[in-house]
Amino acid sequence: MSNNDNRRKAPAGERVADWADGRLGIYSLAKTNMRKIFPDHWSFMLGEVCLYSFVIIILTGVYLTLFFHPSMNEVVYHGSYVPMQGMRMSEAFKSTVDISFDVRGGLLIRQIHHWAALIFVAAMLVHMMRVFFTGAFRKPREVNWLFGFLLLVLGMFTGFTGYSLPDDLLSGTGVRFMEGAILSIPIIGTYISMFLFGGEFPGSDFVPRFFSIHVLLLPGVMLGLLVAHLILVFYHKHTQFPGPGRTNKNVVGMPLLPVYMAKAGGFFFLVFGVIAAIAAIATINPIWAMGPYRPDQVSTGAQPDWYMGFSEGLIRVMPGWEINFAGHTLVLGVFIPLMIFPLVLAAIAVYPFIESWVTGDKREHHLLDRPRNAPTRTAFGVAWLTWYLVLLVGGGNDLWATHFHLSINAITWFVRIAFFVGPVIAFVATRRICMGLQRRDKEKVLHGRESGIIKRLPHGEFVEVHEPLSQQQLHTLTAHEQPLPLELEPEVDENGVARKISATQKLRVKLSKGFYGEGTHIPKATAEEYQEITSGHGHH
Amino acid sequence: MSSQDIPEETLPSTQGHAHEGAVATAGDPFADPGLPPHEPRMQDIDERAAKRSERVVAFLFMLSMLATVGFIAAYVTLPVDKNIYVFPIGHISALNFSLGLTLGVALFCIGAGAVHWARTLMSDVEVADDRHPIEAAPEVKAKVLADFKLGAEESGFGRRKLIRNTMFGALALVPLSGVMLLRDLGPLPGTKLRKTAWSEGKMLINQNTLQPLRPEDIAVGSLTFAMPEGMKEEDHDFQQEIAKAALMIVRLQPENIKDKQELDWSVDGIVAFSKICTHVGCPISLYEQQTHHVLCPCHQSTFDLADGGRVIFGPAGHALPQLRIKVNDKGYLEAMGDFAEPVGPAYWERG
Repeated sequence: MSNNDNRRKAPAGERVADWADGRLGIYSLAKTNMRKIFPDHWSFMLGEVCLYSFVIIILTGVYLTLFFHPSMNEVVYHGSYVPMQGMRMSEAFKSTVDISFDVRGGLLIRQIHHWAALIFVAAMLVHMMRVFFTGAFRKPREVNWLFGFLLLVLGMFTGFTGYSLPDDLLSGTGVRFMEGAILSIPIIGTYISMFLFGGEFPGSDFVPRFFSIHVLLLPGVMLGLLVAHLILVFYHKHTQFPGPGRTNKNVVGMPLLPVYMAKAGGFFFLVFGVIAAIAAIATINPIWAMGPYRPDQVSTGAQPDWYMGFSEGLIRVMPGWEINFAGHTLVLGVFIPLMIFPLVLAAIAVYPFIESWVTGDKREHHLLDRPRNAPTRTAFGVAWLTWYLVLLVGGGNDLWATHFHLSINAITWFVRIAFFVGPVIAFVATRRICMGLQRRDKEKVLHGRESGIIKRLPHGEFVEVHEPLSQQQLHTLTAHEQPLPLELEPEVDENGVARKISATQKLRVKLSKGFYGEGTHIPKATAEEYQEITSGHGHH
Repeated sequence: MSSQDIPEETLPSTQGHAHEGAVATAGDPFADPGLPPHEPRMQDIDERAAKRSERVVAFLFMLSMLATVGFIAAYVTLPVDKNIYVFPIGHISALNFSLGLTLGVALFCIGAGAVHWARTLMSDVEVADDRHPIEAAPEVKAKVLADFKLGAEESGFGRRKLIRNTMFGALALVPLSGVMLLRDLGPLPGTKLRKTAWSEGKMLINQNTLQPLRPEDIAVGSLTFAMPEGMKEEDHDFQQEIAKAALMIVRLQPENIKDKQELDWSVDGIVAFSKICTHVGCPISLYEQQTHHVLCPCHQSTFDLADGGRVIFGPAGHALPQLRIKVNDKGYLEAMGDFAEPVGPAYWERG
């Protein structure tokens, strides 16, 4: 095997691989993975956008730490940005201004970092919606769904601690908002605030503390979760949409080497290139225009980065309830939004577990659902998105008011009502739309595709010619499952003995009826219906 | 595709190709016909088309190289403070613009080249791979459970309860040290949030001119920001103190003041209110002279300064605290004490 003659003949690359294999076992690893099959669908690249923007953020973030001073020591500015000459500011702010104006390319890296962060969180949300609406979260992928969800939440907080670091007027206002929200926590609010800020707000500790959270703690946890997320994607293999030759037991696509590697690797450069171009032409977070933070100053139109917008909406539209009793204050007007904030996120995170409990389905699912074929799930997802968007509108109520010349009071009241009503309307409407689409699919299966060709029959009647579908299309349109609702077991068993049915079982059956019972789907075309119609009586 | 009407050719019997796992149940028109046959691309049949693709890919990679050279050239030649006008963006940094675009093009072209290469020249034959259930086979599970049982027995974990319980106790206690270590993150709140830098006899200093304010400096309809005498921007605790002490002063017609205490605490219609919003602490800075309303730009809480700082709209939970002022013997405005209640956002101990 390893005699010297053979060694010398092998090309250099193979010899390196041999060396590594002897120590790392790479051949066994490559055997299963080098030609691993990846299904192709445009929506599968959303997760890649997340991954690549995360990598870009890490790369640019490391660069920024080389120049950024995470310190709140006060200095007087004498740098190259003339309008700020002689202003008092923290070192954090000054070093950010220096990165923007004195380090060549520093502004570009700052803007790439910030844009990539916005895109990262947006891509995570959209990726999560893809997973949600296609049912890709089902067994065996529930744990990976949770990993992904945690990445989204941590991404939001990493973003928040990140944009607070320059200590500019806008971000300082955001930190003040956070402090006010913390103060509203009953009993321990003031303690948490004092401990977080090292004393009274703003103090001189939060920038260095946020810095280590932002560059070390949160990215470290996220990196771990990300690796786990990817390992599970590899291990479970990709989901795929149903279609000819695609079953729950196989995975159809192209091999990792070369196609997927070239496409995915190339896509990294595409994402990076687009973000770099955005950073070249679109200014983001111009801290020099906002100035250093002063707790007694503020600008109008203060907005957090977009992913914090829904929490802003919560706090803006909540009525200012305060309860005073026995020398204490319960600040419900701030505390309730603070508690709803995680609940909004948790609502979507727990859905997969509710669905699997309601269906009682223990099978593995590798075939995706088209959203229309899971009307209740789709309706729930759209309702959640509506909720989220209503809150985003609330978070920008001042901008809506000034840009569209609307009354801010009217917008606030609209959001207050839509917070409760919007998701319900969205749920009902979405389910109806899904059923409409199901009906159309059924028509298409049974009667073929509308060809747009009008034919005149011998007796003068005009009919549209329907083009029959190929078997591939027929299969694709009928491959989905339509779960039946659970039924309660009869109250007496076969021996006539009364059976006890637990309340949770009753709830489960009720929910199951709501999910899959009557009026929640259009029964898909059956082979009999198809054969009857296609067996040739007349025309259609 | 076929033309119209009765689709004899779509019936399963006429479907010839079923090369991947087709399970065409006889008579089922919806049966899986298996993977469709591979449709060759232009590049698969025409070598000239393939050559064209090759040239496109190579061109993109070349463009990327050029863009990188451009990046280096821009970095070396352009001054960091040069601004240029670019339609329709406006005046922007020339260096940022050229570095970003060259870097963007350099990266994008690598990506576009790789993707074009993969799409046109690499094989696009779809392959099917088998999946295997994630959960272990029953034998494996049985083996693992047996191993675990053996290991647990060998450790004596279940049998020697004393060891188990004390170990749990030790593991439960040890994190307390970590919690203790967090104690010095900050001081205890005490009454820090109740007090501000205001006290009896401190003059109201105009924040713009840094001069003490006289009643005649304040015109009806104006909004003036003030801080307590003796406070300086250079002070190490200036930020903490101004976060609580920031004051706004307006002059109203005394007959317009609806609240009796507000009138008592004012001087000739001059009233001084905390500038810190009682919602979550933003500085309030928008004043509407006609209505005497002030609006917090952060969350739009609106307060009526003619009516004891009452909340009339928005999420704030209580009125703005008022500072009691008078005119001293030298004719300057001065505070008659600290705010009667804590300023800023509400909290549990506020009461």
